[in-house]
Amino acid sequence: MSSLAFTARPYEFFFAQYKRVWRATLVSSVVTPVFYLLALGVGMSSFLGDVTFRGNTYDYLEFVAPGLLAATAMQLASFEASWPVLSAIKWTRQYHAMLATPLRIRDVVLAHQGFMASRMLMTSTVYFIVIVVFGAVHSPLGVLAIPTAVLTGLAYSTVIAAWGARTENEASFVAIFRFVILPMFLFSGTFFPISRLPAPLEWVAYATPLWHGVDLCRMLTLDDIVVWLALLHAAYLLAFVAAGLTLALVSYRRRLVV
Amino acid sequence: MSSNGQPLIHARDLVKRFGDFVAVDGIDFDLQRGEAFGFLGPNGAGKTSTMRMIGCVSPVTEGTLRILGLDPARDGVKIRGRLGVVPQLDTLDMELTVRENIVIYGRYFGLGRKQLAKRADELLEFVELSERANDRVEPLSGGMKRRLTIARSLVNDPEIMLLDEPTTGLDPQARHVVWDRLYRLKRQGVTLLLTTHYMDEAEQLCDRLVVMDRGKIVAEGSPRDLIEQYSTREVLELRFQDGNQPDDLTYWTEGLVSRIEPLPDRVLLYADDGDAASHQLHERGLEPESVLVRRSTLEDVFLHLTGRSLIE
Repeated sequence: MSSLAFTARPYEFFFAQYKRVWRATLVSSVVTPVFYLLALGVGMSSFLGDVTFRGNTYDYLEFVAPGLLAATAMQLASFEASWPVLSAIKWTRQYHAMLATPLRIRDVVLAHQGFMASRMLMTSTVYFIVIVVFGAVHSPLGVLAIPTAVLTGLAYSTVIAAWGARTENEASFVAIFRFVILPMFLFSGTFFPISRLPAPLEWVAYATPLWHGVDLCRMLTLDDIVVWLALLHAAYLLAFVAAGLTLALVSYRRRLVV
Repeated sequence: MSSNGQPLIHARDLVKRFGDFVAVDGIDFDLQRGEAFGFLGPNGAGKTSTMRMIGCVSPVTEGTLRILGLDPARDGVKIRGRLGVVPQLDTLDMELTVRENIVIYGRYFGLGRKQLAKRADELLEFVELSERANDRVEPLSGGMKRRLTIARSLVNDPEIMLLDEPTTGLDPQARHVVWDRLYRLKRQGVTLLLTTHYMDEAEQLCDRLVVMDRGKIVAEGSPRDLIEQYSTREVLELRFQDGNQPDDLTYWTEGLVSRIEPLPDRVLLYADDGDAASHQLHERGLEPESVLVRRSTLEDVFLHLTGRSLIE
């Protein structure tokens, strides 16, 4: 029996669970991007006029839309990897149900992350279509911004799930959202280039997966690709996801196999 | 796999430690096919830790454990595929329907959807939940949820069922329904391994049981053997008004009872013929507030073996 077949089994469960709430999430994943793009893109755009980025001039809408695409994936990932993970350990105990069957820790981790990736894929696709409608995608290559956003999200969902499997109470999630996710959302290049940050903070921003995701999405939708930098972004994100998965495997095992 | 005569579960010097805490302290037991075997003991005796090791979700610290002839450290996946687990806390998904809970759980074992549709119908009928098949689990009563957990654990047609306190928290009527289903499974030849701190449960269901206390096995046998060996046929429960209990009960009861067990609210006197002993005590002039003669139970066995009662 191949490993993938094992992993596919609990993946179905997360979708069965999702079936009950998909309508509500569909609304939020369409309405939220439209609101953001209307407010920031159209509203701010007419107020700010054109912006210059890497020597080219754009509408603010064109600049901010790919950033929001990556940042939204991060937010969704952070939410999906926090309460639902702790819940599957402590409250609904679904991980325990899975582990009493032939499934292994790696099946549980990969299936849950796979489900989160699917959610990010759906939301990012809707978001991307909205951006296309707003006329902010300049090249067919722009479609690669979708997998980039998913990869950006996974950099967060894996690490936060690893944390979620270690924590005893949900209070730490609120702190993570307030002091880690929100500052990244605001200061990692989504709304303005990080070169405008004071030097030390600029270096902090370079280290965040979000900046790499935002910048890569932006290159792709604006059709202004710096190849070496694009490859660096992709490699950084991939490395982050690999490290996050390893962490998640270790902390799930420590928590659930005792 | 396990041929006739070879035990389904074989444990020798089995130890489970969590840091410095010894949860299971070197236990030996064998479980034969078709048996209903129980671990009886109070909370914290090490029953759940033992069950989790057998369920291959908790690694063995020391000693030998073989399940279906396989080693849990190497063949956990194979072993778990042949077990049916009813955990102490239900792990049902409250938002899904009764039927979905069985089907999705069956998918974890790699069973096909068509096969599962049929299997779910059979199992729901067996636990009398057919009419609730398409309802959400959340509003079901505790007893129904427990029955659903039992139905779910049978989805892979397990060779051994592990039941960790199957009726804890249920009202008496719901307990009897669960016992009835387990009894039927036993008659169908399913091997049952259960933990309990209810002596009536152990007496109803178990062919053979071990009494556990503080991580060790303190006695082993059939319920009847244990009662014969560690207790008398009958027990007198005497209650006295405050301050009226004589200090020298040994003097009053001399020659009538084989053992005296003083408890905070009453005194237990162990005698083979309770009524005769009661009559004699009355003749001798002992006048308790109330006298109750009952048959000896596993509770008395436990009290005798450990000096403590099962449920504090």
